[in-house]
Amino acid sequence: MLEIKNLSYKVDDENESDGIKDIIDGLDLTVEDGKFVVITGPNGGGKSSLAKLIMGINPATDGQIILDGEDITKKSITERAKMGVSFAFQAPVHFKGIKVIDLLRIAAGEKISLDLACEYLSRVGLCAKDYVEREVNGSLSGGELKRIEIATVLARGTKLSIFDEPEAGIDLWSFQNLIKVFENMRKTVNGTIIVISHQERILNIADEIVVIENGKVKMQGSREDVLPQLLGTSNASQIACEKLGGDL
Amino acid sequence: MAELDVIQKKILEEVADLHDVPEGAYNIRANGASAARNTTANIDIVSKTDKPGIDIIIKPGTKKESVHIPVVLSESGLKDMVYNDFYIGDDADVIIVAGCGISNCGDQDSQHDGIHTFHVGKNAKVRYVEKHYGEGTGKGARILNPVTEVYQEEGSYVYMEMVQIKGVDSTNRTNIAELADGARLEIHEALLTHGSQEAISDYKVALNGKKSSADVISRSVAKEESVQSFSVSIEGNNECSGHASCDAIIMDQAKVIAIPRLDANNVDAALIHEAAIGKIAGDQLMKLMSLGLTEEEAEEQIVAGFLR
Ligand SMILES: Nc1ncnc2c1ncn2[C@@H]1O[C@H](COP(=O)(O)OP(=O)(O)OP(=O)(O)O)[C@@H](O)[C@H]1O
Ligand SMILES: [Mg+2]
Repeated sequence: MLEIKNLSYKVDDENESDGIKDIIDGLDLTVEDGKFVVITGPNGGGKSSLAKLIMGINPATDGQIILDGEDITKKSITERAKMGVSFAFQAPVHFKGIKVIDLLRIAAGEKISLDLACEYLSRVGLCAKDYVEREVNGSLSGGELKRIEIATVLARGTKLSIFDEPEAGIDLWSFQNLIKVFENMRKTVNGTIIVISHQERILNIADEIVVIENGKVKMQGSREDVLPQLLGTSNASQIACEKLGGDL
Repeated sequence: MAELDVIQKKILEEVADLHDVPEGAYNIRANGASAARNTTANIDIVSKTDKPGIDIIIKPGTKKESVHIPVVLSESGLKDMVYNDFYIGDDADVIIVAGCGISNCGDQDSQHDGIHTFHVGKNAKVRYVEKHYGEGTGKGARILNPVTEVYQEEGSYVYMEMVQIKGVDSTNRTNIAELADGARLEIHEALLTHGSQEAISDYKVALNGKKSSADVISRSVAKEESVQSFSVSIEGNNECSGHASCDAIIMDQAKVIAIPRLDANNVDAALIHEAAIGKIAGDQLMKLMSLGLTEEEAEEQIVAGFLR
């Protein structure tokens, strides 16, 4: 079980009146084991920041993150990774000289066979033999990098996997497969999956939906409860128009 | 190879991937003298009479043959200087492996200065691999100062791979190349320095021929207090294309200097230089740590990949 208590993440920001920006602001959240939870909410609401706090990439300013009863708030990224936390970045990192196979082997924690590496790649819809020897750099397309990023998390197979907008940049055909990948993961690892997404089709397969806005949980509940409320509002288009300075 | 002892054999393995006598033509130089030599029907090796060194003569049209000319220094305090001249005949297609390894367990400096000159005939293809390696527990420095001069005739192609990853305290590398019509040169340098090592690389490429082209690519990592300096100068004297790139990772208290120079002396000369020096990107470290590596392991992986 993942418990987040009164979590805050503040950064210095000269644009704020007090010089401090509260990116995550006293956030409370509990995620039960084996659940498929989708976090959604407006751009800039703090979703990626929260995921990075859980992975240990962002340092918490205040509050606690508790994994299976153990306080991990002060633990390093490596320690959390070893305890079973995985994170697929929203923007995959480029490496000069590191190949796809290398990254998958690092992720798996052992020198997995080419066959197994290919298996992970084909699960994310990549024709494996064309990719294993490629460098993980800008010569791969955005969608390809995104799928490799997801494959690294698959190769880890940990009890808590967080995916930050995994569908972004992935074409329609693969989208169906991606959903299969998540459903498969749930079955095989019996782990908890947190997916950050703006996609209705991903929201549709969630057990639970969490809406994050202004660094706080605005809404949390079962899909049946939350989804109608989300779709019922014309929130997204309203906000878009406000941002563009137009009227509905 | 009766003359080679265990240490020398080990160094040979490091610099030339050789476990024993190589196939094809070779000349093994150990502690300032020729230790073993083999020639083939197409490749002749002749000792110079006026100065230390050898002439390697490759007949026109020689295909798929290799020449190994490793140098091993295992005696402390030895200062070795050698001239190797390669004459590569027209249309030949060969691999030349030249490595130099120093094992210095004494307290005096050991130094090897190799001057390699390549005369590459028309439409010939050469792949040149040069590895440097140093080891030894003594206080004596391990010094390597290689010079390569490459003269490429029409339509020739030269690929040079120069690797120095370990144990060499001081290197001053000078590379000169002149290219005729349609000739192409590719240089890949991989360099890792640590401790108080110093490495200087200086490349001068003259693109004299029409449609000649050159790519000079350096990837380097400077750790601890080491210092690297990379200068590259490409002269475009005709319709030609030249590209130089210096990509360096800097760590700890190291220093890296990149000095590009492009001389376009012809309106159809297209010359590009890129240089990027910076520490390991934080997001690269974090990604690998999120896969379970420690920070040190992540650094190792990033450095190893970068220098591959
Ligand atoms: N290190 C930082 N310094 C300053 N501001 C930051 C920093 N990190 C994040 N922010 C800001 O915090 C807010 C939340 O960012 P975050 O990336 O978590 O949003 P998000 O909910 O993931 O948005 P999106 O849906 O667009 O991915 C944004 O306004 C962002 O600009
Ligand atoms: Mg985000």
